[in-house]
Amino acid sequence: MSDYDPVEVTPLHADEVSRMEADAIAAIKAADSLDALKQARLAHAGDRSPIALANREIGALPPAARAEAGKRVGTTRKAINEALAARQAELEAERDARVLVEETVDVSLPWDRRPRGARHPLTTLQEHIADAFVAMGYEVAEGPELEGEWFNFDALNIAKDHPARSDHDTFFVDSTESGMVLRTQTSPVQIRALLQRDLPVYVISPGKTFRTDELDATHTPVFHQTEGLAVDEGLTMAHLKGTLDRFAEVMFGKGITTRFRPNYFPFTEPSAEMDLKCFVCRGASAVPGNPPCRTCKSEGWIEWGGCGMVNPRVLVACGVDPSRYSGFAFGMGIERTLMFRHNAEDMRDMIEGDVRFTLPFGMEI
Amino acid sequence: MKVPLSWLREYVDLPAVTAHEVADKLTMAGLKLESIASHGHDVKNVVVGEVLEIEELTGFKKPIRHCKVETGEATPREIVCGATNFAAGDRVPVVLPGGVLPGGFEVGARKTYGRMSEGMICSERELGLSDEHAGIMVLPPDTPIGADVVELLGLRDDVIELEITPDIGYALSIRGVAREAAIAFGVAFRDPADASSVGLPTETSPAWSASIADPTACDRFVLREVTGFDPAKPSPLWMRTRLTRAGMRPVSLAVDITNYLMLELGQPLHAFDRAKLSGEIVVRRAVAGERLETLDHVVRELDPDDILITDRSGPISMAGTMGGLDTEISDESTDIVIEAAHFSATGISRESRRHGLVSESSKRFERGVDRELPLVASWRAVQLLAELGGATVQPGVTHAEADVTPPRIAIPSGYPSAVAGVTYSKDTVVARLQQVGCVVVDGDDPAVRKGGVDPTGVVTGGALAAKLAVTGDDMITVTPPSWRPDLTDPNDLAEEVIRLEGYATLPSLLPSAPAGAGLTEGQRLRRRVGRALAEGGYVEVLSYPFISADDFDRMLLPADDARRRAARLANPLSEDEPLMRTTLLPGLLKTLVRNVGRGFTDVALFETGAVYRPREGAPDVAPVLGVERRPTPEELASIEAALPDQPMRVAVVLAGEFERSGWWGGGRQASWADAVQAARLVAAEARLELSVTADQHEPWHPGRCAALYVGDTLVGHAGELHPRAIEAYGLPPRTAAMELELSRLEPAMPGPVDAPAVSSYPVATQDVALIVPDFTPVADVEAALRDGAGELLESIRLFDVYAGEQVGEGNKSLAYTMRFRAPDRTLTVEETTAARDSAVAMAADRLGAHLRSA
Repeated sequence: MSDYDPVEVTPLHADEVSRMEADAIAAIKAADSLDALKQARLAHAGDRSPIALANREIGALPPAARAEAGKRVGTTRKAINEALAARQAELEAERDARVLVEETVDVSLPWDRRPRGARHPLTTLQEHIADAFVAMGYEVAEGPELEGEWFNFDALNIAKDHPARSDHDTFFVDSTESGMVLRTQTSPVQIRALLQRDLPVYVISPGKTFRTDELDATHTPVFHQTEGLAVDEGLTMAHLKGTLDRFAEVMFGKGITTRFRPNYFPFTEPSAEMDLKCFVCRGASAVPGNPPCRTCKSEGWIEWGGCGMVNPRVLVACGVDPSRYSGFAFGMGIERTLMFRHNAEDMRDMIEGDVRFTLPFGMEI
Repeated sequence: MKVPLSWLREYVDLPAVTAHEVADKLTMAGLKLESIASHGHDVKNVVVGEVLEIEELTGFKKPIRHCKVETGEATPREIVCGATNFAAGDRVPVVLPGGVLPGGFEVGARKTYGRMSEGMICSERELGLSDEHAGIMVLPPDTPIGADVVELLGLRDDVIELEITPDIGYALSIRGVAREAAIAFGVAFRDPADASSVGLPTETSPAWSASIADPTACDRFVLREVTGFDPAKPSPLWMRTRLTRAGMRPVSLAVDITNYLMLELGQPLHAFDRAKLSGEIVVRRAVAGERLETLDHVVRELDPDDILITDRSGPISMAGTMGGLDTEISDESTDIVIEAAHFSATGISRESRRHGLVSESSKRFERGVDRELPLVASWRAVQLLAELGGATVQPGVTHAEADVTPPRIAIPSGYPSAVAGVTYSKDTVVARLQQVGCVVVDGDDPAVRKGGVDPTGVVTGGALAAKLAVTGDDMITVTPPSWRPDLTDPNDLAEEVIRLEGYATLPSLLPSAPAGAGLTEGQRLRRRVGRALAEGGYVEVLSYPFISADDFDRMLLPADDARRRAARLANPLSEDEPLMRTTLLPGLLKTLVRNVGRGFTDVALFETGAVYRPREGAPDVAPVLGVERRPTPEELASIEAALPDQPMRVAVVLAGEFERSGWWGGGRQASWADAVQAARLVAAEARLELSVTADQHEPWHPGRCAALYVGDTLVGHAGELHPRAIEAYGLPPRTAAMELELSRLEPAMPGPVDAPAVSSYPVATQDVALIVPDFTPVADVEAALRDGAGELLESIRLFDVYAGEQVGEGNKSLAYTMRFRAPDRTLTVEETTAARDSAVAMAADRLGAHLRSA
């Protein structure tokens, strides 16, 4: 060991190794691109870099010196590699930032390549109403629009000479003697439900109805109604009130209830007109001094539909024993409901099919 | 019914409440407020003046007077007036400067026709009293000068207009409304028809010979007679004012008296000129061929069902509807016969409708008039003719009547409670029924009304009465009053109790409905279809189902096309569109044209709805069955047989760009393919796959029309419309359409989906290009490839169609990507190739396809 000549392994001198590290760190810092860094890596950490060459010399050292020299080279290599990795990360981050900026688009550009359509609000409103009752256990019943006169009138206790049965109000098919009409109400579905279903019956029937009114802002010869019928043992007018109060709440929010006023319909007895507490002003506009309400015309209530206890004569015509069963029925106009619920002012908009009217309503109402 | 509040207050002691409060109470009792008209509340500074001097001014186009009028002020007023019907010394209403006339019309002092005019002398119309405007109003000579005219003439009043439902005809009178108001306010009611208070004499000797020939037409007929009536006497102002405010035009004293009593009591009255009557008066039905010229100068052909008043000369009046011209009272009539009768409600209703004659009289009769009124009402009429017209009442009365047993209804006293769901004491029930005029006794003693006319058109008696009868504990028997012929059933009585106790007192209870099954499969399908089409870009429309025969021509339908067989309305709104649609397309196409016309050129619309398809050989008439029992299945079937089929359909129409152009590049015009795709979308919602084959079916383009099948069932058509149909409707070029019958999809809908087993082995993909003759339907090629490829085929997709020189004239090349996968292993190249070859072989075998060489 004494013949060891440290002069012959200059690269392993501490000063030399420190210089290599300093050179490498400087070169790495100076690299201003990933390519430059790649060059720096080759030059200072590659197989032919000074430090790699120095490493090879370690074997030439006397064993006693090897450990120290190895440690010195190892530490330096680690420092160089760490510097490389750090610079690599920096440069990559810079590159990514630049590229992503270059790829920036205007995300506010429109994309109406295939615009969505919409369902008609009268359809979705009918579905919405039906759903409220389906949730209460009702089923949706349907019947023909071109209907037998017996279903539309007689079975509903509408006498032969009732003015509604004249061709001033009702569309007749072929002739006024054909016994066939365009149904003037959804009520014939009540009759069909009572004839076809087992008791008890709880049904809701939305649908198209017809009367010989000329089209104007508030009339249309083809319109829609939704009608409900419940026939069971022990049903009372209090149940009718409870059902419609619940329905009003589902449609218009908590605290919105109904009010009954006496009225006359041949197919119900007792009969009532049903008013809805105004869901906008909640009745406040009816009090003098309060701001006016355009939804209820400051009456506090909105006329919504008719209702009553099923006339026992109707039950008899359907073969239901009125001494055992009683029932209630109610109905409302869908166009009218759309008008006050959605501030639709002109019924013509609902039938003309202008896409501008329908599109905002979307899929559900 | 217009009700002046002052008139109402004559018969009911209303507390000091506003017209609105009265109207609200009546509304909650079932007499619904329509409107309130206030009269005279804005009028001020109108006083009685005496005309002192009149100076006729000259030099103007019309007569102008300059008057000095004493109004009880410091000095007389100078007033210019254009009327000439008054003289010095007359007392007249004068509005002073600063005064206001009805309608907020302010009057000041101003210079006119060269003179000062300090106010205005008023006509009745200017005071809001009547329509009288021929001259100014001259007051009785003893009217105090300076008196407030508002008070003096009762200018201030409120008129409540009520909507009277058809069941309560009695409320078409002050008497009926007053009764309801008295109940509502819990105050006393004075009956203007009370026999003792009007001093009804008891003598019954006939004044005139009369009889009822048909007791189903009329069950009470009363005539009274006056002589020496002064036809020149005007109606008093109070009467004219009330008539005007109640909505009737004053005519002459005799006519006004009959109208006034009709409004007050509800009993229509008719006045005949006695001199024009001859012989016995008979109430009977018409005989075919009879005619009558009515007051409106129309000669009417009478129907054997019409109810007539006749004398020796023949018909003299259409009962309850309109009098005859020949026996009408004139401005010379001095001897008058007043008729008051009780006619059949349905009889008058039919007569009125048959002749298109709706009168105040017919409106009341068809809703039911109080059978006990004719004697009293006619008595009051002759009294007024005497009092106001100087007539002499002739003794005696003609009174023909048919025997009538009033109905009685028995109910348990708890029945109204059972209907309402709230408990009313027996005392309450009895008291409420008595308030409406019923006689209530304990016990069970119902009786069906017998004899006389049909009072309301409601069928009573027989088996129906037995089915409607209610029994139970503590029965009470109720006899409704003569003015309530609408009370026939137990529920009618329940309603009276419940409405008078107040609907507001009903509790709110939810019934416990049994669990429902939710929407049916078909109902859910319709919702999904609507949603899918809307999401796919289509806007829903709900067009009228009325179409024209011209639509069939515009659609180029052949003469024997089944869609030409349409139900026809007897009374269409428009003679141009009398038919019920047999296809959804006309309505959709017209809506599309409307949208294009409004500037929306890229339109896609859909509609879901019924079409009406009359069945071949269906009966012409759907029987109108009875209502006393459930119809038999055969009876119900006889109705159904006559009704058309009404299947549910869905249709789309589209034009313009279906995919829009924009910053991303070009758009894509709507085409036949979108229409077919819309059908696939609909079918997919039913979990069905359509088979699509070429067809020729109007109104589609014969080369661009697809028939849509589910299995062997034709469900619809889709494609581009025929250019001539496009032209006929004024549609944009290349408009496409689809129509499909949802009712035919529903029965084919498969059950629940079987979940597929998803293989995690790798996919093997093979592309093939096949050359086939260009008439070969692509659908057939794909089917052959599928069948040939076998179970390993996971999916197949056509990615290119090419026709050109490289594939030879009359051919096309179809390029497919086929994906293969096995559930249990990675496929080898050999396996995949074998499956592909087998697919190609099948296509070659079936369709002569061959692989396109690379």
